[in-house]
Amino acid sequence: MDLSWSDAENEFRAEVGGWLDANVPTGLPSGDTAEGFAAHLEWERALHSQRLSAVSWPEEFGGRAATLWEWLIFEEEYYRAGAPQRVTQNGIFLLAPTIFEFGTPAQQQWYLPRMSAAEDLWCQGWSEPNAGSDLAGITSRATRDDTSGGWRLTGQKTWTTRGAFCTHLFGLFRTDPDAQRHRGLTYFLVPLDAPGVTVRGFGRLDGDEGFAEVFFDDVFIPDGDSDPAAGGTLGAIDGGWGVAMATTTSERGLTLRSPGRFQAAAARLVELAAATDDIDPITADAVTQAWIDAEAYSLYTSGDVTDIVEGRSPGARSSLNKVFWSELDIDLHRAALDLLGPAAAVDPDGWIKGFQFALSGPIYAGTNEIQRNIIAERVLGLPRA
Amino acid sequence: MRVAFTDDQLAFADAVRSLLAKECTPGHLAAAAGSSDGRVPGLWAQLVEMGVVGALAPEGVGGTGLDEVALVRLCFEAGYAALPEPLSDIAMVVVPALRDHAVTPDAEAWLERICSGDATVGLGLSANAGLVDHADRASVFLLEAVDGLHLVDPDVVTLEPVVSVDPVARPARIGWTPSSATLVVGSAVGATEARSRAALASAAELCGLSRRMIDMTVSYVSERRQFGVPIGSFQAIKHHLANALAAVAFAEPLVWRAAVSIAAGDPDAVVHVAMAKAQASDAAERVSDLTLQCHGAIAYTVEYDLQYFMKRAWVLVRRDGSARMHRSTVQEFLLGS
Repeated sequence: MDLSWSDAENEFRAEVGGWLDANVPTGLPSGDTAEGFAAHLEWERALHSQRLSAVSWPEEFGGRAATLWEWLIFEEEYYRAGAPQRVTQNGIFLLAPTIFEFGTPAQQQWYLPRMSAAEDLWCQGWSEPNAGSDLAGITSRATRDDTSGGWRLTGQKTWTTRGAFCTHLFGLFRTDPDAQRHRGLTYFLVPLDAPGVTVRGFGRLDGDEGFAEVFFDDVFIPDGDSDPAAGGTLGAIDGGWGVAMATTTSERGLTLRSPGRFQAAAARLVELAAATDDIDPITADAVTQAWIDAEAYSLYTSGDVTDIVEGRSPGARSSLNKVFWSELDIDLHRAALDLLGPAAAVDPDGWIKGFQFALSGPIYAGTNEIQRNIIAERVLGLPRA
Repeated sequence: MRVAFTDDQLAFADAVRSLLAKECTPGHLAAAAGSSDGRVPGLWAQLVEMGVVGALAPEGVGGTGLDEVALVRLCFEAGYAALPEPLSDIAMVVVPALRDHAVTPDAEAWLERICSGDATVGLGLSANAGLVDHADRASVFLLEAVDGLHLVDPDVVTLEPVVSVDPVARPARIGWTPSSATLVVGSAVGATEARSRAALASAAELCGLSRRMIDMTVSYVSERRQFGVPIGSFQAIKHHLANALAAVAFAEPLVWRAAVSIAAGDPDAVVHVAMAKAQASDAAERVSDLTLQCHGAIAYTVEYDLQYFMKRAWVLVRRDGSARMHRSTVQEFLLGS
């Protein structure tokens, strides 16, 4: 056990934290609205100018080749400085790891620099109206078009976060209509301005137009990496399930929700409590528990990073992280609402909005019920149903 | 940054786990519960021999010269086996108190006797209602009073044996009178540190107990069939056990961090221990409930082994400060009193 940072890591923290403190914008509107999204893109491009939009990526793609530890430090500083939500998150944190693992050099060179520069903005196309937790029930299809050298997409995706504002979608489509379940799916990269794509945004629980449904009507996508600007396929044809699972592992675990986010939120919660008179003991206990849980999540994640750095894969254990941070996030925000009391309903500091977002945590990225099945079967080794 | 035990620390823990898997089975616990002294014959001597008891003592007095990080992992193993010996009290609390804070000249002699297995010490901290586990075999007592810790001869205490829910703990309620002659650790620092160390050791044992209850339950629900299938294939059971695992998984790193802080003399060690004990207590209580429920009636009997681990957990959850008490320490750190 060594809970200290090296000199180089401390220097990295000082540099990054200093730049963030000097440059973090205040008062941005929600990035899950059309107006707010545009404002956030300016911020994303400012980050990119400092090679801070994707610190762990190689320099040739716009990053700093930061270690995983430095990435954790960046995240701690980012949220400590009160920097905005990352509207580029689904590309940088979910698609990019898959492109690094499965993309051809041509795909990596085309997509990654444009992603870190916030030129291409990616949303995720997994869920369909009849395929949510049962993701392998996907029915959106890709049929072969040999004449044009590619595929034609037909079907519908939904719950696509920021789909109304993004430029590109990555998702799974059924390429083998005779294959069942998780076989016969292929991972597609789709420009949302391709002919035949229709996007309809709709309001989330908090009212922001953060969701979209995306309709595909005979949308042409070229083969593999033959013309990346027009989209393509990632990984093997009919092998999309394995490619997608690599992404969902990143999503559940480290890269989607770094500890810095919850430590910063817990620190703000403690500030709120310190500024609140006459806190009842039960709410004070809830504030304390949220702080402890944020510390626990940070230390646990550092154990994960230690394992990864030393060549031991956390594997299905990432489902434990997802269950824990999502429930911690709700508890933490609920404690804030309880501190505010009736004023929570009209809170200008965003706790009620944050609470509504936290409520989505146990649902997205694989519901916590699915995660608990994964924990039971793949971590504890219980028999499958 | 590295949040993992070293290979040496893990190898030592594995050796202790192997010993206890052979010499401290639930069968041994049942025999101990039915015996006059509640002990597993010969086990203490083996732990002494391996250097577990004197882990924190300097090599000059026959100790192993390890630190709290190595020892906390051994306390976890003691919990995993529901070891019916005062290992955590002596190794984690008594030894460093005598090593670092003792004002009497015979402290070193006591350390030598502890490390050689010639003496055991009964620990009575004020948080624990005057109860001292395994009191009948103590060569001497380390007892907390308002002015510090006292080293007290068995001849001048009264011991009233009491029946514990834990069938192998054998506690006694101790009566004694502090005097300047018995004061061995007079500094507030020493007494505070002893309380922190005791809570740390209990937290580690609680994590070991939790892991053991989960392991036993995974085995049981994978075998037990109802409706023609193993009950572990039912989602209700799976989710109970996933919750149990999450509870202990997010307690353990707080326990390891607290050990690092104590070993390093970190000024926040008291707060780190409080977080660890609070989380480990809540985890063990939850794991106990969930694993009993997953078993059903079979575990609601003294003829089934889960009882040893549940009952030890119920005791340790409330020993050395409850979750609520430790959270109030953290709360004071965060918000002031």
